[in-house]
Amino acid sequence: MLNWWYNLIDFILPFEWSRHVFMKDALLAILLVMPVFGMLGTMVVSNRMAFFSDSLGHGAFTGIAIGAALGGIKPIWAATIFSIIFAIAITFFKNKSRASTDTVIGVFSSTAIALGLVIMSYGGQFKKFQSYLVGDLLSVSNSDILMLCIVFVLVILLWLIIFNKLLVVSINQSLAKSRGMNTLMIEVLFTISIAVVVTISIQWVGLLIINSMLVLPAAAARNVTVNVRRYHFISIVTALVSGVSGLIVSFYLNTVTGATIVLFSAVFFFITFSMRRRFI
Amino acid sequence: MMIEKHKCDKCEGTCCGLCCTKIEKFEVTIGKTKILHDVNIHIHCGELTAIIGPNGAGKSTLFKAILGEVKHGGELKYLDVKGVRSGNPLIGYVPQYLSFDLTTPTSVLDLFTASLTNIPTWLLRAKKIREKVSGCLSKVKAEHLIDRRLGALSGGELQRILLALALEPVPDILLLDEPVSGIDQNGLELFYNSVSELRENYDLSIILVSHDLELVSKYADRVVLLNGTVISSGTPKEVFNDEKTKKIFGMSWYTDNGNKGDNIKC
Repeated sequence: MLNWWYNLIDFILPFEWSRHVFMKDALLAILLVMPVFGMLGTMVVSNRMAFFSDSLGHGAFTGIAIGAALGGIKPIWAATIFSIIFAIAITFFKNKSRASTDTVIGVFSSTAIALGLVIMSYGGQFKKFQSYLVGDLLSVSNSDILMLCIVFVLVILLWLIIFNKLLVVSINQSLAKSRGMNTLMIEVLFTISIAVVVTISIQWVGLLIINSMLVLPAAAARNVTVNVRRYHFISIVTALVSGVSGLIVSFYLNTVTGATIVLFSAVFFFITFSMRRRFI
Repeated sequence: MMIEKHKCDKCEGTCCGLCCTKIEKFEVTIGKTKILHDVNIHIHCGELTAIIGPNGAGKSTLFKAILGEVKHGGELKYLDVKGVRSGNPLIGYVPQYLSFDLTTPTSVLDLFTASLTNIPTWLLRAKKIREKVSGCLSKVKAEHLIDRRLGALSGGELQRILLALALEPVPDILLLDEPVSGIDQNGLELFYNSVSELRENYDLSIILVSHDLELVSKYADRVVLLNGTVISSGTPKEVFNDEKTKKIFGMSWYTDNGNKGDNIKC
């Protein structure tokens, strides 16, 4: 299925790191998933949802535990369904409850992670799940890549449809409501998309750093942009460049790919942070 | 003209050929606190109705109820020119203070494109939209701000931008929450002037929450004194001469002969 890709890489990137099939797979996965992180991240940062998206990661982790405990289907499907429910529940609670958003998210997040850990450690099987904490990007399979393609297309479609409304909601909820926008619906669609992307990526990136993938590229872009289009452009480019550089460097240093990518994004953040005065 | 319109108020059910908005028996309870009860207000097109009241009177809550942000009892009835119920009115809203992240990388053009069109702001930039937005901004003399970042606007500029946005498309009801901070007196007069102009140029009802009684007496056609419920309503003259008003504001600044004392803000 992916022979054309392997041939293409052999042709344009005849380097040591790109000789291996798992690296070619990982590269393709990164080219698909990083732009999605960069795009969704812009609104995670604009909506001040960094903590929220972190809790979605926790929800996904629990979902995997539940999926594994149930058996039968692939844990990832159970996890996806669970984190969608989790995302909807937390969004509703956030909107209906009078407690502060922080508290609501904290309660959900810690309950989810505790539940996940209890299920995973039941019967002393925790070791089996440790890979979900750190993740392994080099384990991407062909069917994973197909799934990533589908997610990639879906997220872009969603973004074409709801982005404008999401932007107005992110600026001010009351303003969006006064313009007849169904803010809750928009918010739910957005959180579902984050939940899905986070859940399927968690096996490669790991719970510990998945949130940085969402937050850092957008945060870096935000420092140096004055309009939405450039914000997106810089965020996506930062995500892609960090992704590819992280993959290559992790190959030579023999380090965890996800974390190496995050370090690159962090460097971009600090560079743009030092330049921000020129733009604001 | 004013008296004629006041008479209009008495013909229940119809709106005398003008469109109108009726707020009937509005009631808002948050938790165990009853914030508004039995609020009845009748608003005509082409009029500027000012809502005044002490702090905690429920002015902002009334707006939130009209916008549907808080649950409320009672009904908001909107009748168009023909007196046929025309469903939900289109509401334009200019908040008192738009709280947003000042560092947001969003330009005025982005805000308008996102609010008015389905063209994905993050992907495309159409020249047509730019011209349209420029047209909207010219209504409030703010064309030059089109590429400005939202966070880089001054309080007065932002207020004008929001006014322009609220006017596109032209709403049936325009809700204005008068800015209390960030705008100097001059900017405030400018704001009132453009609102006054609107009233003449468009067929819309304007409801204004105000804190500046002097400007209210100068510009408003009708005044509603709110304190949990409607305490007094009528022309500025009537309301300001009402004993209940004087009691609430403790004011002797407004006298019948138009002699105004210091500019009281509350």
